[in-house]
Amino acid sequence: MYPAELRYSKEHEWAKVEGKRVRVGITKFAADRLSDVVYVELPKVGAEVKFMEAFGVVESVKAVSDLYAPISGKVVAANDALAQKPEIINTDPYGEAWMIVVEPRDLGELAQLLDADAYAALVGERHS
Amino acid sequence: MDEPLKRTPLYAAHVAAGARMVPFGGWEMPVQYTGIIEEHRAVRSRAGLFDISHMGEVDLAGADALPLAHRLVTNDLRRLAIGQALYTPMCTPEAGIIDDLVVYRLGDEHLVLVVNAANTAEDLAWIREHAAGRVRVTDRTAEIALLALQGPRAEEVLQSLTSAPLAPIRYYWFREAVEVAGRPTLVSRTGYTGEDGFEIYCESRDALHLWDAILEAGRSRGVVPAGLGARDTLRLEAGYLLHGNDMDKSVSPLEVGLGWTVKLDKDEFIGASALRQQKNDGVRRRLVGFVLGERAIARHGFPILRGGEAVGRVTSGSFGPTVERSIGLGFVPAGESGPGEPLAVEIRGRAAGGTITKLPFYKRGAAPPEP
Repeated sequence: MYPAELRYSKEHEWAKVEGKRVRVGITKFAADRLSDVVYVELPKVGAEVKFMEAFGVVESVKAVSDLYAPISGKVVAANDALAQKPEIINTDPYGEAWMIVVEPRDLGELAQLLDADAYAALVGERHS
Repeated sequence: MDEPLKRTPLYAAHVAAGARMVPFGGWEMPVQYTGIIEEHRAVRSRAGLFDISHMGEVDLAGADALPLAHRLVTNDLRRLAIGQALYTPMCTPEAGIIDDLVVYRLGDEHLVLVVNAANTAEDLAWIREHAAGRVRVTDRTAEIALLALQGPRAEEVLQSLTSAPLAPIRYYWFREAVEVAGRPTLVSRTGYTGEDGFEIYCESRDALHLWDAILEAGRSRGVVPAGLGARDTLRLEAGYLLHGNDMDKSVSPLEVGLGWTVKLDKDEFIGASALRQQKNDGVRRRLVGFVLGERAIARHGFPILRGGEAVGRVTSGSFGPTVERSIGLGFVPAGESGPGEPLAVEIRGRAAGGTITKLPFYKRGAAPPEP
């Protein structure tokens, strides 16, 4: 459910360090809770995102949720495929359904995120 | 909402099936089992079984039952035959819609009104306030459970559980004392999905037996339990309104496209003079369907824009899983309400463009049933 190589925000985004860049998406827990994702709004390449501020929106049939950036920096890639196939967020949240790649100002911000165990504990509590 | 949420006789079955339970109209109801889109598509291509026992049933019996109902609703009950059902609004004297309901005629002097869950108490009070003479008004909501089996395979599945012939039951007709899986039911060919199907009324104590029997009989035919989430996307695609969202006491049937249910030539009824007036003067706003040019969803309450100005509000909006578009209903000025007219919906501070569209968004037969 929660790959060990990722870091997690309390708002249910994941962050994956890829060299000097960070790939961002939402967790399986968030995708399941949303269910039936039908629309995603992402920032354009070149936009700035700020740590734990909204960078986009994900909509399911029933609800709208903001997406929060788990790292500050410049967006260097956005997953345009999600515009046509947003449902892959439900089926492959850590792979095909990545959302943005950020060139971070300070990788040290990631230390404020949770590791997989801490995140599992967080959502485990919310599950019960 | 001070009172605790009510539960249908199928509550435990829903939880055991993994349903997500949500409050709706004072009841704790399943919004989805496996997923709204999956359940929606199952209903369009095969069939789905819904627990809609939260709906209210108001029994009117006695010599004055029919005259009472006739005075309360806008549609014409005089030609309603025994064994037939009729959809109708019930209005205030100012022509505001108190509720929309289905009237079942069980006998010469016996009707059942099926009303929305959230309005049951208010409807009952209104009906009792106007009841005079020889009529008994009884709330039968707690003792009656209601299942809806909807989809192209509904008839073959239900027929496998009863010896009563279902094919002769036409749309908006029903049959009483139909034994389904050994239990007495009332079977009516009605629904809220845009598909063929049945609504099956039974004693609350028989609900679980029937639920299990129908799912068991339907398993090999791809029948699944379906929740209120799919019920909402199905009804929206089919162009059916939801009271409390698309209409309420602040709007009249003529404003929301229900003119066909208003029979001004019948005997006097509550709301008639206001409706007559409105018909003469013309309405100022109309509820219309629209399709957006993008996938963002126009949610209830979002402003509808014309030339950058807010001219109305969205009343229902969703992604339509069968039409695969962002669709909705909302009010626009009557002069600008024709199909094909452009509009925009303000979504998170920006204008999402769309087009007014003739209802329904979806008509049966548009999606080929799965083999």
